[in-house]
Amino acid sequence: MTAHTQTMAGIAVRPQAGTLTGTVPKMDARGVKVYYGAKQALKGIDLEIPERQVTALIGPSGCGKSTFLRCLNRMNDTIDIARIEGLITLDGQDIYDREIDPVQLRARVGMVFQKPNPFPKSIYDNISYGPRIHGLASRREEMDEIVTKSLQRAGLWNEVKDRLKEPGTGLSGGQQQRLCIARAIAVSPEVILMDEPCSALDPIATAHIEELIDELRENYTIVIVTHNMQQAARVSQRTAFFHLGEMVEVGDTEEIFTTPRDERTQGYITGRYG
Amino acid sequence: MTDIISTPRAAPYQSDDFAARLRKRYAAERRFKMYGIAAIAIALGMLAVLLASIVSQGYTAFAQHDLSLEIYFDPAEIDPQGTRDEATLSGANYAALARQSLQAAFPEVESRTERRRLNAIVSNGAGFELRQMVMDNPDLIGTRQTVRLALASDYDQLLKGNIDRDVPEANRKVSDQQIQWIDKLVSNGNIVNGWNWRLFMNGDSRDPELAGLKAGIVGSLLTLAVTLGLAIPIGISAAVYLEEFAPKNKLTDLIEVNINNLAAVPSIVFGLLGLAVFLNAFNMPRSAPVVGGIVLALMTLPTIIIASRAALKAVPPSIREAALGVGASPLQVVTHHVLPLAMPGIMTGIIIGMAHALGETAPLLMIGMIAFIVDTPGGFGDAATVLPVQIFMWADSPERGFVERTSAAIMVLLAFLIAMNAIAVVLRKRFERRW
Amino acid sequence: MPVTTFLLVLLLLSFAGFQLGRTTAVSSAGGRLSRLHSVPSYYGLYVAMWVGLPALILFALWTGLEGIVVNNMVRASLPASITSLSAQEINLIMVDIHNLAYGNITSRVPEPALTAAADYYNHLRGIGNGALAVVMLALACAGLFFAKGRIHPKLRARNQVEQVVNVILILCSLVAILTTVGIVLSLLFEAIRFFTKVPPAEFLLGLHWSPQTAIRADQVASDGAFGAVPLFTGTLLIAAIAMAVAVPLGLMSAIYMSEYAPSKVRGTVKPILEILAGIPTVVYGFFAALTMAPFVRDVGQSLGFGVSSESALAAGVVMGIMIIPFVSSLSDDIINAVPQSLRDGSYGLGATKSETIRNVVLPAALPGIVGAVLLAVSRAIGETMIVVMAAGLAANLTGNPLDAVSTVTVQIATLLVGDQEFDSAKTLSAFGLGLVLFTVTLTLNIIALRVVRKYREKYD
Repeated sequence: MTAHTQTMAGIAVRPQAGTLTGTVPKMDARGVKVYYGAKQALKGIDLEIPERQVTALIGPSGCGKSTFLRCLNRMNDTIDIARIEGLITLDGQDIYDREIDPVQLRARVGMVFQKPNPFPKSIYDNISYGPRIHGLASRREEMDEIVTKSLQRAGLWNEVKDRLKEPGTGLSGGQQQRLCIARAIAVSPEVILMDEPCSALDPIATAHIEELIDELRENYTIVIVTHNMQQAARVSQRTAFFHLGEMVEVGDTEEIFTTPRDERTQGYITGRYG
Repeated sequence: MTDIISTPRAAPYQSDDFAARLRKRYAAERRFKMYGIAAIAIALGMLAVLLASIVSQGYTAFAQHDLSLEIYFDPAEIDPQGTRDEATLSGANYAALARQSLQAAFPEVESRTERRRLNAIVSNGAGFELRQMVMDNPDLIGTRQTVRLALASDYDQLLKGNIDRDVPEANRKVSDQQIQWIDKLVSNGNIVNGWNWRLFMNGDSRDPELAGLKAGIVGSLLTLAVTLGLAIPIGISAAVYLEEFAPKNKLTDLIEVNINNLAAVPSIVFGLLGLAVFLNAFNMPRSAPVVGGIVLALMTLPTIIIASRAALKAVPPSIREAALGVGASPLQVVTHHVLPLAMPGIMTGIIIGMAHALGETAPLLMIGMIAFIVDTPGGFGDAATVLPVQIFMWADSPERGFVERTSAAIMVLLAFLIAMNAIAVVLRKRFERRW
Repeated sequence: MPVTTFLLVLLLLSFAGFQLGRTTAVSSAGGRLSRLHSVPSYYGLYVAMWVGLPALILFALWTGLEGIVVNNMVRASLPASITSLSAQEINLIMVDIHNLAYGNITSRVPEPALTAAADYYNHLRGIGNGALAVVMLALACAGLFFAKGRIHPKLRARNQVEQVVNVILILCSLVAILTTVGIVLSLLFEAIRFFTKVPPAEFLLGLHWSPQTAIRADQVASDGAFGAVPLFTGTLLIAAIAMAVAVPLGLMSAIYMSEYAPSKVRGTVKPILEILAGIPTVVYGFFAALTMAPFVRDVGQSLGFGVSSESALAAGVVMGIMIIPFVSSLSDDIINAVPQSLRDGSYGLGATKSETIRNVVLPAALPGIVGAVLLAVSRAIGETMIVVMAAGLAANLTGNPLDAVSTVTVQIATLLVGDQEFDSAKTLSAFGLGLVLFTVTLTLNIIALRVVRKYREKYD
């Protein structure tokens, strides 16, 4: 993989503060604008997402961080009135290119949602659904293995190994969310997007998920949207601050939380608004 | 294999296998979408076929061929004594006048059987039509007038092309000779085609060319008036009580379950109720709009209550709280604030319920509204029929002329229903409010 | 005095009472409204209620009971030569008397005894009406004076009026219960009379249905057979055909509408589809009998099948068309109740739209769809006009959709239309069938509504 600057047709990469030097970003967004009907939700976002790190998107409600997240695997395609401008690349390839298939893209860029949303099926079927539609396993043993491994990685295996046939909706909230993470892992994505994955969970379940995110970093590129600044500080290596549809500042998490350059960032992390 | 999980990479999604699989998945996607479009197309196609078959069979009934004959209102035949006495006038043989006039046009027809065949061209109702003219205006007696009389249905159908002239005579309703006569009448200008006022001004008749919808339409209006008069106050009151005042207890639960189930009880069962309770137990008159109206009101009540409750529920609680806050009693809150705001929704529900009642047939058969009604019913207790039942009765008659008239009657019924639904749509559009 | 005049006079009196009550209240307070407990118009309503309600209740009671009272009196007045006849014949004679009294055509040349009875009948009704008018007027006036006398600034007029209104509201909501009770009682009562003539086991299990019985003893006719099984199978056959048409078409169009169609298409197609639901059943019946049945017959014949001109297929298909919008709008609601988060979860894994629908949305919506289909089945079973016009009277025990079959509703309609004597097994059998129909559809509805409600609660 060569430097992405060559593959992005005609768009020069501006060097900016916080740009990673030396590593190639897994995903890269340039001038992303999103409109819902006449309303502009994102006003031109530039952001690089480094590989095998956790990038946290923070900011007050309605700032566009979830919207941006949903652009990264084209989930906004499912909304009729949404319109997207700009360039987003995955491994240097424009994901809104006509050549790119959203189905294939979403298999590579998985997503975990705010509220745990297990399908009304058994735990096993929840996990095996993705691999099955993508044809990742040709034999039953292979599928069993994918399910087992995914549940193990999501730290859920010991709790559910005896009841794989029971409905996924019968689990507790935290377990459900880990099931959804396992479901996302099962299709072996390269990037996992998490949209406030802990907002519906209690503190203990949240701690579980945060641990899990830290472990997953080893193998996956993770982008997490969160309201909770402590959480961002705990789990992420890089943090981007969004405000009113703009990305105000991005940098190493430690830097953002200790020496923010923009006063809006400072105001937000010190709790003056949000 | 374990690599899939432990070291994620793009490989599985960039293989040729995956690409081939993806093509198949998209083909399945397109197929599935096609099924949906096909289902809708079939449903809409059926609707189109249904409406087209009715319109194509029925539109001709709005025009009708009349015989335009010069009639001599012969005093010797009508009023030999010249008394102008009503009984004499109404008892005279008017059909003979029409026959005489027709025979005068075909002097060559002499034998009795032939004459009878010739006379068959004039409708059986021509005599009544002439009598009505004379009764309305006795001065006609002794004069010659060119009048329009009903042409017997078979000849009307012949002229409209519904009876095929190329069919062998034995299989045809009209003989070759009769066709010749008709053609001569046409060339002489004795046949006039015009708006079929009989369809709207007459009651039922055994003769297709005379049968009209007036009795059915008036019967429907009377019946609907009773239904409206009962269903509106009872339906709104019940909805208000259940939505605004009712405590949550066993009884109101029961009422609620009951209403939901009543909405799905087959309409014919309401007919059985009407027959057993109103006719047999209460001795109410058979075939009467009042009984039909009560039965239809009971049938449409659940629809109205459910729609009204939905409309009441849509009024936000803040309005109630605001009114209670300025010291209104709960009843005042409802009558002054909630009901007026919910009214468009309630009205829509009522109109839809009424449209349903207007098209309903089965329960009315049970209570005898299937009577053969020539005269327009004058009150709620008179024997009457309604539009859909009239359609049902005509649909049962084998004559070609009734097929046409049945379709026309259906078009009239549908026109009423479209008008009602249009009102509902306008109401909804006009007063729709988003909270 | 006709009914409308009665009610009009009562309305006028109540209005007068309202005005009187209001002015009396104002003057009793010496013109200072703040001294009154309620707003003056409540005093008016209070008086109007006292004027109108008692008289109205009396009026309702009388209209309900008049027929029975007068009938019994006329019956008691009949000469012994008639009262000695069998109950059935007396009933026929009473019908004749009614017809005579209302000036209708009677079934026989009126005997003098009957004419006298008819005159007596009219006479009694005249007296009744006159007495009613006097008593109602008196009640209204009494109410007026009583209420006016009670008006006092301290009278809690609003509370009293509201209490009465509350009672009226409760009574109105009880009408639904009364209707059900009326249906159950009338069906049960007549059905039990039927089951005294024909044992229930024979009715429910018998394989032969031919209800034509001899009307007079000397007539040569079969005794009538009341085995309703052919009707049940016929009903189920037609309902099954209707479901085979309506469920796939209705469900697929609901799926397309809610998941694929752009909102513009949905906005136009949906109301057009609903037109199908608004077309009266008698129109479908006409279409089935005149267009669909000959079409099915011709197609069948050209393919070499013998198709009856009243085939179950024609009636079933048309009924299915009628039910399409019913299935599709119920399914539409149910599919829309599946939370978007489930769809997002599936899309997020890289599923296509149809995979999401088939693997996630439909399984999640399944209980609700089952409920909707049950409701549709209940509707198909209870549908009358289409089958009356397009299916036949021949109660064949067959599963062949190309044969003619008869249904429960067809038999009910034909047995009760036209002249009937109310004691014969033939007429009463219609109520037996009605009871079965009501029980089956009610059970289906209760199950279906419960299933749908459980389903909704799950995703609320």
